[in-house]
Amino acid sequence: MTHPTAVLARIGYQSNWPDVFSAGFMRSAMIGGVLVAVAAGLLGYFVIVRQHAFAAHALAHIGFPGATGAVLIGVPVTLGLAVFTVAGALAIGLMGKRLADREIATGTILAFATGLGVLFNSMTTRNASAVTNVLFGNLLAISTDQLVTFGLFTLGLGVVLAVVARPLVFASVNPEVAEAKGVPVRALGVVFMVALALVITMAVQVVGTLLLFGLVVTPAAAALAITARPVMVAVLSTGFGIVCVLVGLLLAAMFNLPPSFVIVTLSFLIWLASILVWRDHHRGEVPTSIA
Amino acid sequence: MADDPTHHEHDHEHVVVPGPPPASDGPAAIELHGASVARGGRTIWEHGDLTIPRGSLVVVIGPNGSGKTTLLQVVLGLLPVSAGSVSVLGETPHRGDPRIGYVPQNYTATIGNAVRARDLVGLGLTGGRWGIGRASADDRRRVEDTLESVGALTFADQRMSTLSGGQQQRVAIAQALVSKPDLLLLDEPLANLDMRNQNEVVELLEAIRAEGEMTVLVVAHDLNPLLSVLTGALYLLDGHPHYAPIGDVVDEQLLTHLYGTRIRVVHTPQGDMFTRSGR
Repeated sequence: MTHPTAVLARIGYQSNWPDVFSAGFMRSAMIGGVLVAVAAGLLGYFVIVRQHAFAAHALAHIGFPGATGAVLIGVPVTLGLAVFTVAGALAIGLMGKRLADREIATGTILAFATGLGVLFNSMTTRNASAVTNVLFGNLLAISTDQLVTFGLFTLGLGVVLAVVARPLVFASVNPEVAEAKGVPVRALGVVFMVALALVITMAVQVVGTLLLFGLVVTPAAAALAITARPVMVAVLSTGFGIVCVLVGLLLAAMFNLPPSFVIVTLSFLIWLASILVWRDHHRGEVPTSIA
Repeated sequence: MADDPTHHEHDHEHVVVPGPPPASDGPAAIELHGASVARGGRTIWEHGDLTIPRGSLVVVIGPNGSGKTTLLQVVLGLLPVSAGSVSVLGETPHRGDPRIGYVPQNYTATIGNAVRARDLVGLGLTGGRWGIGRASADDRRRVEDTLESVGALTFADQRMSTLSGGQQQRVAIAQALVSKPDLLLLDEPLANLDMRNQNEVVELLEAIRAEGEMTVLVVAHDLNPLLSVLTGALYLLDGHPHYAPIGDVVDEQLLTHLYGTRIRVVHTPQGDMFTRSGR
């Protein structure tokens, strides 16, 4: 049996952390992480109000074969992820909420998608760590090309939300009334799903398929525990996401920890603090927001 | 502010003043001419010929599945008639008609904790607007005035999930009223409310009708809470919609036929009237 100190040798305070933290790859990681935190923070309120948290989780899994398939045929991972998540999002969007509500059908499709990802990965010899990167994220390996794509996605999301924000809130909160008032509820639903797919495409590359919830849903849930004003929720959840990413990268450099782990741990702690501190502030509403 | 003697807590009571009789000038609120509605090839109701005058407070009654909600969808322009014609406030129904306010069924069940009462009412005014920008001062004042008119100002900053069923229904009605509609449609607004809250909502509806020219259509299962304020009833009987002034509807034979179970109309010595099922 290996001695504990041998196992733990790599984790611990790193005296050279200022060098690591100021390295070029760390700057790319910070920029990429912040872009994703902003995009996720802007969309998070809608994900929760539209009760699409599980759909977000499902789309991350649907993206998995897209990512491993991209590695297999030698195209950018972002492209593979985007194609699969957008296709999945449109399918869920066109089927209405019924698909997301069907746990058994969704779970079965998720298992199938994940299995497909495993197959694609077994067929490739190029990059053995591709699966690990997709499942758990690899913020430290973000390339300049990825940063440009992230920047365009986030900018596009900001522009689209600036135009549709109010009708989208109406359609999300009061779909029947919004429909009667002439708001294009279904079209907005499709716009939202595509936006969600692109946010997930980015977030998978930062924290990975399995930890995605912590960056896309949890900051918004924490913000919603504090305030119910949509603009404030967007500001707070974006802020929480940025704190998670930047502090996460700093701690990861200082203690040689996986960034994904530190990021979702901070996100979890912020969420826990929010629901505990604000639980009595507006009694009776926090449990439903998480469910 | 607390010291300000003119600043009173808003009270929840609404004095019910008998309103003016239904206005007869201008186009009727709703007119059906030989109207039929089908859904998925199945006829829901047919041969509807009726005229509901403006300023009415009308209950829409009928057994389960008789097409009450369908009727509201036709009026809202969400569902076309398969035969005949419909006119709402003088026009063919069209989706997004700003002259119609709508409170759907189970309104409150679908709204979680993610929205404050005030913001929800604001959406009734600005929810269809594209682009960014804060609501104007005029808009915010109108939201405030509407919240006050339904007695919802004291809990306007609370989240919907923290409100009682009666309070939630007031907010829902405020959202429909904030755009100053001429026709207000409510689908089962009294469902899942206790008697006190039912009475408060009924008094609110009567106050709304008595105040102006608004026509109010209420889908309800139980006639009793509404009997004292109704001016008419739209009843769906044997697959046909009919309209009658309220005095003609509260008839034991008609109600018994309508509900398919024996209904009795009881008059109390105090002058109240209510219906009950059974012998």
